[in-house]
Amino acid sequence: MRVEGKGLIDRSQTISFRFDGKTYRGHPGDTLASALLAADVRLMARSFKYHRPRGALTAGSEEPNALVSIGRGAVQTPNTRATVQEIYDGLEAHSQNAWPSLKWDAMQVNDLVSPFLSAGFYYKTFMWPRSFWEKLYEPLIRRAAGLGALSGQSDTDRYDRAYAHCDVLVIGAGPAGLMAALAAGRAGADVILATEEARAGGRLLAEIEDVDGRPGPDWVADVMVELDSMANVQVMLRTTVTGAYDGGTYGALERVSHHVAAAGDAPLETFWHIVAKQAVLAAGALERPIAFRDNDRPGIMTAGAVRAYLNRWGVAPGRRVTVFTNNDDAHRTARDMVAAGVTVAGVIDTRAEAPGSDDYPVFTEGAVIGTMGRLGLSDVKVRHEGGERTIASDCLAVSGGWNPSVHLTCHMNGRPVWREDIAAFVPAEGAVPGLIPCGAANGVFLTAACLADGVRAAETVLEALGVKPKKLSLPTASEASSNMEPVWHVPGKGRAWLDFQNDVTVKDITLAAKENFRSVEHMKRYTTQGMATDQGKSSNMGALAILADVTGRAIPETGTTTFRPPFVPVSLSALGAGARGAGFAPQRFTTSHRDSVDRRAVMVEAGLWYRPSYFPKGGEAAWRTSCDREVGYVRKAVGVCDVSTLGKIDIQGPDAAAFLDFVYANTFSTLKVGRVRYGLMLREDGHVMDDGTTARMAEDHFLMTTTTAAAGEVMQHLDFVHQCLRPELNVRFISTTEQWAQFAVAGPKSRDLLNRLLDKPIDGESWPFMSCGSVSVAGVPGRLFRISFSGEHAYEVAVPARFGASLWEHLVTAAEASGGGPYGMEALNVLRIEKGFITHAEIHGRVTAFDIGMGRMVSPKKDCIGNTASRRPGLIDEARERLVGLKPVEPENGLTAGAHLFGPGAMLTPANDQGYLTSVCWSPTLKTHLALGFLKYGPDRTGEKIRVKDHVRDVDVICEVCDPVFFDPEGGRVRG
Amino acid sequence: MQVTCPQCGPRDSREFTYRGHALLCDRPAPEAGGAAWDEYLHNRENPAGWTEELWYHGPCATWLVAERNTETHAFRATRTAAERGK
Repeated sequence: MRVEGKGLIDRSQTISFRFDGKTYRGHPGDTLASALLAADVRLMARSFKYHRPRGALTAGSEEPNALVSIGRGAVQTPNTRATVQEIYDGLEAHSQNAWPSLKWDAMQVNDLVSPFLSAGFYYKTFMWPRSFWEKLYEPLIRRAAGLGALSGQSDTDRYDRAYAHCDVLVIGAGPAGLMAALAAGRAGADVILATEEARAGGRLLAEIEDVDGRPGPDWVADVMVELDSMANVQVMLRTTVTGAYDGGTYGALERVSHHVAAAGDAPLETFWHIVAKQAVLAAGALERPIAFRDNDRPGIMTAGAVRAYLNRWGVAPGRRVTVFTNNDDAHRTARDMVAAGVTVAGVIDTRAEAPGSDDYPVFTEGAVIGTMGRLGLSDVKVRHEGGERTIASDCLAVSGGWNPSVHLTCHMNGRPVWREDIAAFVPAEGAVPGLIPCGAANGVFLTAACLADGVRAAETVLEALGVKPKKLSLPTASEASSNMEPVWHVPGKGRAWLDFQNDVTVKDITLAAKENFRSVEHMKRYTTQGMATDQGKSSNMGALAILADVTGRAIPETGTTTFRPPFVPVSLSALGAGARGAGFAPQRFTTSHRDSVDRRAVMVEAGLWYRPSYFPKGGEAAWRTSCDREVGYVRKAVGVCDVSTLGKIDIQGPDAAAFLDFVYANTFSTLKVGRVRYGLMLREDGHVMDDGTTARMAEDHFLMTTTTAAAGEVMQHLDFVHQCLRPELNVRFISTTEQWAQFAVAGPKSRDLLNRLLDKPIDGESWPFMSCGSVSVAGVPGRLFRISFSGEHAYEVAVPARFGASLWEHLVTAAEASGGGPYGMEALNVLRIEKGFITHAEIHGRVTAFDIGMGRMVSPKKDCIGNTASRRPGLIDEARERLVGLKPVEPENGLTAGAHLFGPGAMLTPANDQGYLTSVCWSPTLKTHLALGFLKYGPDRTGEKIRVKDHVRDVDVICEVCDPVFFDPEGGRVRG
Repeated sequence: MQVTCPQCGPRDSREFTYRGHALLCDRPAPEAGGAAWDEYLHNRENPAGWTEELWYHGPCATWLVAERNTETHAFRATRTAAERGK
C-alpha cells in the first residue's frame, strides 16, 4: 500500500511494468520489490527445495527470497533480486521455480514430503542403485529444485570491463562512508566512492533521523553536492565492490543499464578492477531475523526493511503491522508506521524491559510461536508474559539485531572477531592490508558515532598516504542505542527457517550436529546452509548460534565459515566481458594474410598467428589433394610460403658471438660472415629448448630465428641469460619478428624465380647452400638466406614488413608462372617429415640432444646453457627413447601421431611400451605413409619391425624402423 | 595487483612473468660437480615468509629481483637482476 506524503520517489511520474504478465505502476526511485509491495503483491517467488511461497525479506542486495527473471529469450537475466532491480517503463519480470503459476505451483508437493527431504537427504536416499543416480535421481532433483533458468540462447547483451586507480576507495555511502569520502576528498586525495545503491545515503534514506539539524536525506544531498563538485572525487552509484584482492585490488560490479529501458551503446554491466592505495570499508550492517515456526510467509520481513519501504519508498508492506524484536531499534518501525497512519497491532519484545507505547500494545518476554496464511501472512501466534494470543497481522517486522558487513575483510584469509557486547562479529584489525573498516561494518551502530568513525578511518588512510587531513567539524546526529539482548530462535515444534533460499531449518542444523557434523564447515556442506546465491547473508549467523548452542560451545569457539568473493553474484558475462568470440585472444596476421584469405586458403592457428593450412583449388574436395599438389610444387618446380611468424631476433655487439656460443649448444664464433648455421638451444637441465638458424651478417651482427611457437620464450630466455648470468657481455638484441616479412622460396626453380625479382642476379657459386647477405629486391633493401626446411634448393627472402604484401604477390605470381605456387602448413609439414626435420612435435620438452641424434653438437670445448646437465648418465643412456623414422610395411596403412610402439609379439601393456609417434604424413613423393617417433634404443633397431598401436583411434600397423631422413639422404638436392 | 618495475614504475601484475627463486642467477661453474648442479637445478627452499624471486617484465624486457612474502602475498621494492650481480 502506497502511503501519501512519504518516500523519496518521484510521484510526478508514473512507470508501467509487468510482473508475471500483469501490468503494475510505480514511480522513479522504486525497486521492483517496493513497487510490487505498493500494489499489495507480497508473493514474489517460490523457494528452492520445498517450493514454499515467499516474498521479499529485505530491501537490499542480501535478499534471499525475491528472485525474478528479467526479460525473455537471449537477453533474459535470471535470479535478479527484486529488491535491487529498479523499475523502468516496459520492464518485464517473471517469477521463477514455479509451475504452472506462482500461486498454484505443482512442486509444492515437495513441502508435504519434507520429512523425507531433511539435511543430507540426497546422501541417504539416493544411494542405490548406483546407476540410477546419473540418469534418474539427479535430473529429477535438478528439475524440482532450482532457481531461474538460462534461456539456452547466446546472450546478446553487452558487458564491459574497466580499470580504475585511486588513492582512496570508499566502499559504501552511508553516514560513515560519506564522511570518509568528504574527509579524504577535502584533503585532496584521489577518491572513488562506490555504493551498490542507486543513490547515496545508506540507512539515512530509510530512517526518520536528523543529521546536522536537518532530515537525513537532506544532509546527504548537501554532502553529495560537495562531493560532486570535487574534481578528485568520483562517485560510482549502482557499483557493488565484490572482492578484496592482493595489493589493494578490488573487484566491483557496476549495474550500468539494468535500470533503463533502452541502454543505447551502454553495457548492461561493467566489471571493474579498482587498484586503490588505501580503502575504507563502510559497507554497513545487515539485519538478522529471528527463527521461529513458519517464519517464511510472504509479509514477514526484517524490521529495517519494513522501515525502509515506508520511509524511502512510501510503501507500507502491510495494513496491520506487528513487530518481533530483541532490541530497541525495531520499535522505531512501529513508531514510524503509526506516524504514517498505519495500524500497528503489537510489538512482541523478547526482553523483560521494553519501551512502552500509547499507540500499540507491547508484549514483553514475548515470542512469536507460529504464523498463518497460505500465500501470505494473516495471523501471528504470540506467547508472552502472562499468556498466549493470536494477532491478525499481514506484515511482521522481525529484528534479531544487526551483523556488521565484514565480508570484504575476510577475503584474504582474515577471520572476524566476536564482540560479546554487541553479540556480533567485527573485522579483525589489519585483515586486509590498507583496508580500514568503519561505521556499522566495524560494529559502530550509533549514527553520531558512525559519522565520527568515518572521519577517523579517512584520517588513518590519509596518514598512510602522507596526505595532511583538513579540519572537519562533525555533524550532530542520533546517539540512541539499541540495547539488544541476543535471541536467535524460538524453540518449539514445526519448522523454523534459517536459510530461506536453500530451505534450511533449525531442525536441519540440529540434525547435522546430532550426526556429528559439528564443525561449522561440515554443517554448512551437509545442510547447504549459506550455499545459495545470497551466501547466507541473513542466516549464517543464526545457524552458527544454533550450532554453538546444540554442541555446547560458545559462538567464537564454533567459528564462522569462510567468506569468499564475490559479495554479490557476478554473472560470467560480466567477468568475461570482452573475451567472447574474436575478442577471446589477440590475433596476429602476417603481411600475406589478406591475399591468402582471398585465395581461399584454410587458415590454422599457430599460437596467436594465423597461417594458411593449404590453398584449395577448384575441384579439390579433400585437404590431402591440395597438400599433395603443394608438396609437388616444391619437389618439382617452386613453392612459396610465408615464414614471417618464425621468431626473428637481431643480435649485435662485440660480444655477440660469445653470447651465441653460450646460449647455443654448438659454436657460432667460428661462423664466417655471410654464412648461416643451424643452432640447437638447450635448457639448463640438458633438454632441448628450441632450434633454428642463425645468420652472421657482420662480425658483430647476427640474425637468429626461432620456431614460431617458442619465439617469446626464447626472447625471454636470452634476456635472462644476458641480464642474470652474463651481464658482462657487451651485446644487445631485439625482436624483429614483426618488422620483417620473410618468405620461403623452395624448389628446383627457386633461383630462377628469385633472379626475376632481384636487382642483381645470384648464382650457385656466390650463393652456396647456407649463405646469407643483403640483396636488393625490386629496389627494396632486403635479406636473402639460402636455407631449406624442405630438403630442396631453397631460399628465404626478407623485406621490411611494409613491402611484405607486395613481395608475396610478386613471388606467388612468378611461382605460378613456373608451374608452382603458394604452399601452406600441411605441405610444409610433409616436406619436413620426408626429410626428418624436427619441430616442437619432436622437441616437446622431454627430449635431449642425444635423443634426436644431435648429441655431438653439444660442444665439449665450451660452456653453454645445458652443457653440464646434458652429460648426466641418464640423459645419454642408449636405452632412451630416441628419434627414428617409421615406414608401414604396407605403404597405404595410415598412422596417427600419439600412437604407441610395441614389439610385434608383445602384449599391449604399458610395461611393454617401446615409444610413440610424434609426426605422421602421407608422402606423395615416396608414395607411402611416414612417421617420426621415439623408440627405445632408437637408431640401434634400424630394420626391425615394430607394431604401431593407437587404442583411441583404432590403428594397428606394422612398421619398419628406419633413418628419419626418408628422402634424398645424401642431401644432393639442397645443394643443387 | 600492481608490481613496481624499477624502469617503468607501478604496472599491472599481468605484465610480469614469474621464473623462480633468484638463486637461479648463481649458476655453478661447469666443473662444480654433480652435487652443486643438482642443488642449482632442482632444490629450492619453500619458505613461509619472505623469499627472493626472479620476475620478468615483458614490456621493458627486464629481469627483476623481487621480494615476495608467501604468507601475505606482499610484494616489495624491486631491482633489476643485473643490479643484483653488482
